[in-house]
Amino acid sequence: MPKPESVLCPSPAGLYCPPGDFYIDPVRSVERAVITHGHSDHARSGHGAVVATAETLAIMAARYGEDFVGSTEAVRYGQTIERDGVQVTLVPAGHILGSAQAVVRAKGMTIVASGDYKRRRDPTCPPFEPVPCDVFVTEATFGIPVFNFPEASDEIVRLLKSVAQFPERTHLVGAYALGKAQRIIRLLREAGYDQPIYVHGAMEKLNTLYERFGIDLGPVEPATVEKGKKKDFAGAIVIAPPSAIDDRWSRRFADPLPAFASGWMRVRARARQRQVELPLVISDHADWSELTATLEEIKPGEVWITHGGEDALLRWCELNDQKARALSLVGYGEDEGEA
Amino acid sequence: MRAFANLLDRLAFTPQRNGKLTLLRDFMREQPDPERGWALAALTGALSFDAAKPAFIRKAIEARMDSALFALSYDYVGDLAETVALVWPAKPGANREPELAEVVDALRTATRAEVQKLLERWLDALDPDGRWALLKLLTGGLRVGVSARLAKQALADMGGVEVSEIEEVWHGQEPPFEDLFAWLEKRSEKPTADTPGRFRPVMLAHAIDDTDFAKLDAKDFAAEWKWDGIRVQAVSERAQRKLYSRTGDEIGASFPDVLDFLNFEGVIDGELLVMREGAVASFSDLQQRLNRKTADAKLISKFPAGIRAYDLLLEGETDLRHLPFRERRVRLEAFVKSTRSPRIDLSPLQPFENWEELAALRANPPEGDPRVAEGLMLKRWDSIYEAGRPKGPWFKWKRDPHLIDAVLMYAQRGHGKRSGFYSDYTFGVWREDPNGDRMLTPVGKAYFGFTDEELKQIDKFVRDNTVDRFGPVRVVKANKEFGLVFEVAFEGLQRSSRHKSGVAMRFPRISRLRWDKPAREADELSTLEKMLDPI
Repeated sequence: MPKPESVLCPSPAGLYCPPGDFYIDPVRSVERAVITHGHSDHARSGHGAVVATAETLAIMAARYGEDFVGSTEAVRYGQTIERDGVQVTLVPAGHILGSAQAVVRAKGMTIVASGDYKRRRDPTCPPFEPVPCDVFVTEATFGIPVFNFPEASDEIVRLLKSVAQFPERTHLVGAYALGKAQRIIRLLREAGYDQPIYVHGAMEKLNTLYERFGIDLGPVEPATVEKGKKKDFAGAIVIAPPSAIDDRWSRRFADPLPAFASGWMRVRARARQRQVELPLVISDHADWSELTATLEEIKPGEVWITHGGEDALLRWCELNDQKARALSLVGYGEDEGEA
Repeated sequence: MRAFANLLDRLAFTPQRNGKLTLLRDFMREQPDPERGWALAALTGALSFDAAKPAFIRKAIEARMDSALFALSYDYVGDLAETVALVWPAKPGANREPELAEVVDALRTATRAEVQKLLERWLDALDPDGRWALLKLLTGGLRVGVSARLAKQALADMGGVEVSEIEEVWHGQEPPFEDLFAWLEKRSEKPTADTPGRFRPVMLAHAIDDTDFAKLDAKDFAAEWKWDGIRVQAVSERAQRKLYSRTGDEIGASFPDVLDFLNFEGVIDGELLVMREGAVASFSDLQQRLNRKTADAKLISKFPAGIRAYDLLLEGETDLRHLPFRERRVRLEAFVKSTRSPRIDLSPLQPFENWEELAALRANPPEGDPRVAEGLMLKRWDSIYEAGRPKGPWFKWKRDPHLIDAVLMYAQRGHGKRSGFYSDYTFGVWREDPNGDRMLTPVGKAYFGFTDEELKQIDKFVRDNTVDRFGPVRVVKANKEFGLVFEVAFEGLQRSSRHKSGVAMRFPRISRLRWDKPAREADELSTLEKMLDPI
């Protein structure tokens, strides 16, 4: 058996496949890249050729402009492309719209670069598919045992209860503009909330894109205020990028009640630091129980941990006789709002 | 337990008083007896357990979890109860989730060994928020910012009654307060208030406005000094001796020396002060005695407390509250004299002919205790003793505040309506450091006193001139050449070993923005030191 590093190896630009001469989610410009999903720490502009799902390519074009790359190749879930004896298949990762795991097969070996993923239901993307493999490359953003998330639908119930309790205030929900925001909107709709949901300008383009891919967001309107109409937003739900909540932007609303949808909200000190009044523990990443359950389910020959809480996950692997190593890749998971 | 846990969770993150009131009111409307009553008791500190020590909780989790993984988790979270609540291995369906009432019942009867077994079963059955609430309850530290006063206001809101009505009946009630809820839900009569030793809701005053004097005749009013302690009600009734704060909280346990001297039959309204040989000591001396569960002999002899009497509400078995102040006052004077108590004296009336004379006395109080008074109280001679804050019969006329110019040093974002604004300010004055350089030293914090328009201007200044950040705190550019000067008003200044500057302000607020004033011309610490209260 050849060494797995001869098929996929960590490098300063990201995970590199020497026989196929391509990178997965490179953090700097390269000739050939496979992109797992559209978040900006994984999908950067300026590569020569990009392979990704059609959804991910559309997200990149929406964010960076149509000329973000030299050439693109859209791949469907489950579709395999082959080049120089290397097969690449994209399978659902359950993280956001278009997110995929890159399954790389070469020299009789299977390596799964899972990108970012979660195991919980998400109405905006198909669920994670486990693939048997020799090496499973995993993130560990929430790789500490304290991160065990509640059901997202229960968190939405808490949000709606608060909206009913404080009808004079504007519920200002901080949520990452790509993925989290649309998932929250969908969850609100599933919970029966049919009022218009107001969104920050930074989200409008992505919402339109989600709608184009068949995700029905219901009535969504821009959170703009005509002069002197502050009270219009009393009792409303407004969704904005986390940074806008702290910013002057939030002043336009009636007595805003700051909420924040993120896995980090599981820890009280994090919520207090951000002066959040309604922490919503909703994440698009796997929590501790999902990470460990995934490793138990796949039972890969070896686990590579890209970034996050590798100390605790390595310890868990040691206790469970799972061979593992930390890659400590730099450049991922730097935007906390996204988790 | 789940609803109680959710309530605690919301309360802990809700800074605004009104928000907390809404959460409490809704909880008590939605939850059944006795669950809501036990929750109320836990929140107001009427229940406290020390059934589980941190060491035990730690041992319990380490029996269930790898110690290295626990150490990593604890290190990350920093709080033992929260860490255990989060990492406790879930056993879905292991047990039924306990109700708060069940937990309370069990804790009251179980032995320590039994409690430990129960605790583990409960932790197995609850979700992380429920585990957190349970552990906080068991280790005696809810700390969600709910005072007894706030809880009583929420009860009043729930039942649509005045808070003074709640205060009136509160002391006859025991957890889980089923009679109280039955009355608030109009299912039964108001519980009887006829409990010996109970609290009588106090009468409060409005601040007087300059324009009020033209409408008021000086002959209708008595004046007395407003002492700078805490307002109390001393009750001695059919062998029950109690000392209450003005909101009806019992504080007798901190003042056994005062209780000992309630050698009368009646109810006195007065000011609790530290007094030495009949002279009033500073508020900071009194603070040494406040918020303590007990007081030892050494503390008592160092800070002897007493009551300066303002009013008499009950004499023997006669309720005097419907009598005019003039008559109550005559009775009070005789009553205080007859007690011969070394710890109870009379707040003297300040004679005056007209408002001008009184204004002069206020500006320049006579030698002695009036020098440290907060100002004057004006009471209509014909005023009955009425619960709450009626407009007209009583006024408070505080002394003018002290003013200094200070430089803005740090700013933090506010909450609610101000959540997008930097609205909490720390300001400083100049002092010389050991090298002889002039440095700013923080002397206080203020978060009101400015208009909305001024708030926007200060906020812009903070954002444009941030030089550093510590968590939510911004460090604002402030040096000899540059800085924003505030005129700060405050009521009094006392020595404080807890503050770096050595002084602590009472009730500071921004009185004016001095955009015109160069930072180097702000006040010196030495100027403040001259303003220190005379005692």
